[in-house]
Amino acid sequence: MKSIQEIKEYQNKSMDQFYTKDGYRVVVGMATCGLSAGARPVYSLLKSEAESRNLANVTVKPTGCIGMCTYEPIVEVISPDGKKVTYVHVDEEKAKRIVEEHLVAGQPVKEYTVGGELKTLEDLDFYKKQKRVVLRNCGLINPEDISEYIAMDGYQALAKAVLEMTPEQVIEEMKKSGLRGRGGAGFSTGLKWSFAAPNQADQKYIICNADEGDPGAFMDRSVLEGDPHAVLEAMAIGGYAIGATKGYVYVRAEYPVAVQRLKIAIAQAKELGVLGKDIFGTDFSFDIEIRLGAGAFVCGEETSLIASIEGKRGMSRNKPPFPANRGLWGKPTCINNVETLANVAQIILRGSDWFRSFGTEKSTGTKVFALGGKINNTGLVEVPMGITLREVVYEIGGGCPKGKALKAVQTGGPSGGCITTENLDTPIDFDNLVAIGSMMGSGGMIVIDEDNCMVDIARFFLDFTVDESCGKCTPCREGTKRMLEILNKITAGKGEPSDLLDLQDLAENIRLTSLCALGQTAPNPVLSTMAHFMDEYEAHVIDHKCPAGVCKALLGYYITDACTGCTLCSRKCPVGAIVGNVKEQHRINPDVCIKCGVCMETCKFNAIVIQ
Amino acid sequence: MQQVSGDLSIPLDDPRFEKLESYIDSLSGIDGITMPVLQEAQNIFGYLPLEVQKFISEKIKVPVAELYGVSTFYSQFNLTPKGKHKVSVCLGTACYVKGAQAVLDKCAEALEVEAGGTTSDGLFTLEATRCLGCCGLAPVMMIDDDVYAQLEDVSGIPAIIEKYKKQGAQ
Repeated sequence: MKSIQEIKEYQNKSMDQFYTKDGYRVVVGMATCGLSAGARPVYSLLKSEAESRNLANVTVKPTGCIGMCTYEPIVEVISPDGKKVTYVHVDEEKAKRIVEEHLVAGQPVKEYTVGGELKTLEDLDFYKKQKRVVLRNCGLINPEDISEYIAMDGYQALAKAVLEMTPEQVIEEMKKSGLRGRGGAGFSTGLKWSFAAPNQADQKYIICNADEGDPGAFMDRSVLEGDPHAVLEAMAIGGYAIGATKGYVYVRAEYPVAVQRLKIAIAQAKELGVLGKDIFGTDFSFDIEIRLGAGAFVCGEETSLIASIEGKRGMSRNKPPFPANRGLWGKPTCINNVETLANVAQIILRGSDWFRSFGTEKSTGTKVFALGGKINNTGLVEVPMGITLREVVYEIGGGCPKGKALKAVQTGGPSGGCITTENLDTPIDFDNLVAIGSMMGSGGMIVIDEDNCMVDIARFFLDFTVDESCGKCTPCREGTKRMLEILNKITAGKGEPSDLLDLQDLAENIRLTSLCALGQTAPNPVLSTMAHFMDEYEAHVIDHKCPAGVCKALLGYYITDACTGCTLCSRKCPVGAIVGNVKEQHRINPDVCIKCGVCMETCKFNAIVIQ
Repeated sequence: MQQVSGDLSIPLDDPRFEKLESYIDSLSGIDGITMPVLQEAQNIFGYLPLEVQKFISEKIKVPVAELYGVSTFYSQFNLTPKGKHKVSVCLGTACYVKGAQAVLDKCAEALEVEAGGTTSDGLFTLEATRCLGCCGLAPVMMIDDDVYAQLEDVSGIPAIIEKYKKQGAQ
């Protein structure tokens, strides 16, 4: 590859193979969600059926995340006329029929499509409000084939950058685009690059932070599994801009599929010459290595991540010096998140004005959210910044299942907070979310309904941070542990009103005095639930009740009038807490009951309930 | 802090050391190889006993104390052997709000072991893991490489585990 002309020729050639002129292109969603739901046997069957039946006009390809996890495994068939049919919940049996009726006879199997109405996923409300920039290739191309990425304009941005732009122009374009880091902090990517660029050093580094630790966010995994070249291309552009010749992708070991596809992608890019020495005939060289994490949430923090690549315990350090000045092995280093990088090539290729056309003034572009929890349409959604939470939860997500009432939406993971129903109409962007007491974080969006206990949710996040604190600074190491002890006490029914004051006091101190963002933000889930759901905390510590019925220790066993007075439970009760005459409704003495549940298991009439 | 087990020693002429050595040799010239070497060592041996750490220390010229520091910091490294099957219950947020705790409790009950523990017959290790990345299928658990999704009704879990018990007994 030496010129833009050459890559465009390669693109045209790839495009001809991408959509065969008179045949079907069949894609199977094979990201982690799809594979978990059973996509692999479906893919194998489609492939072997197409071969054994000599269907020369059918190409079967794996693809990344199609986006709607609840419908996996998903198979899409694209006809010669460009029309698409989406099959959902496909198994081997269904796949066989799809081959026979659709691929051979040309008759789509209507009943296996969404709602049995031949709708494609694009027809659903789930997709209508979405704008796909980061995920544009996910679910479309085969991530294990570089020619399909190139068919979708791949590596043209890198060619444009190194052949037609100076490093300064690249950085300027990034600054103008307004792109802010999607990993959580929301710092301007262009500015970050501009800090590292002027530093003189014999070696500089670009690191892709793929240590996606927020439990409940999986957009980085999806991008790596569905479109790994987009990240590699962006790293090379970043390398050119700041003068780095070496890049690392630091990826969670828990993402084996992503790691495998990255390896394939790097090998293919090197073979084609878009990575490696003298890229596009210039004197710019760039090489990428993969490093695996080993299960430490704190390694998502940039100084910890650097320590981990250096082979040390992943502990954070004071900033400054910032990594842009002194990073990996003391050299200037830029660390960008996967989703951030996935925007870069598009910005270079289409210009910053195009990118600014979505989103809000201060938060440009789109954001991918992982919609999960108590919501009908779980999955990955990419929406323009500035959309309201109401649109995301109700129009895209379809509301809470079983008609339950929405209580809150948790964003920002263990560092974030809860957004309540009164803020449903706030446009979502970096600054607005902070203003209403939460944060963007990496984009996890967990919907919580009336059956969830907010004290328990806060306890859950604290349990997480205590586990993941690196232990270097005292406020985070000791403080979060004390907060967790108090929350455990409250959910165990032993809380007192003074505990709430202690919680607030600790939270404030930890926030102000911790070394890195992990500790500084660790109290957020507690502070935010206390701000919005104080009544639930009070119910726990004053009335010793859990209104949502989650905290077991605060629940009691009761006997309803379905009781026939068979006496079985009173004979089985190990502490003699059940009293009553034969053939009369029995009663449980709550002061004696140890809540072991034996009575409920023994009752033959379902007369015992927990309340 | 995890205890390094002394009684599970691996003889130095174990062929697995040779495999590890050739891996280490293949990394010559690369910076920061501590983590990749420990990861490969765990792949080869299944865990990181003191003998293995000593061996690595001499090969890559990093003190054992530092290796021990690294191997006890990251949750993925084990200093003691794990069960034949790994049961990982996802406790990510999406799974948690949909009842992952009940899934974990049921597994603990069926296996008669606490989270983090290994059954006395060495067949199963039960682990509570952070996000497995398939939040759309919550709540989920994994046994080895098999994913079991949408386990809101936990009553089917003992039967799933029984399947692996039978396999293990063969």
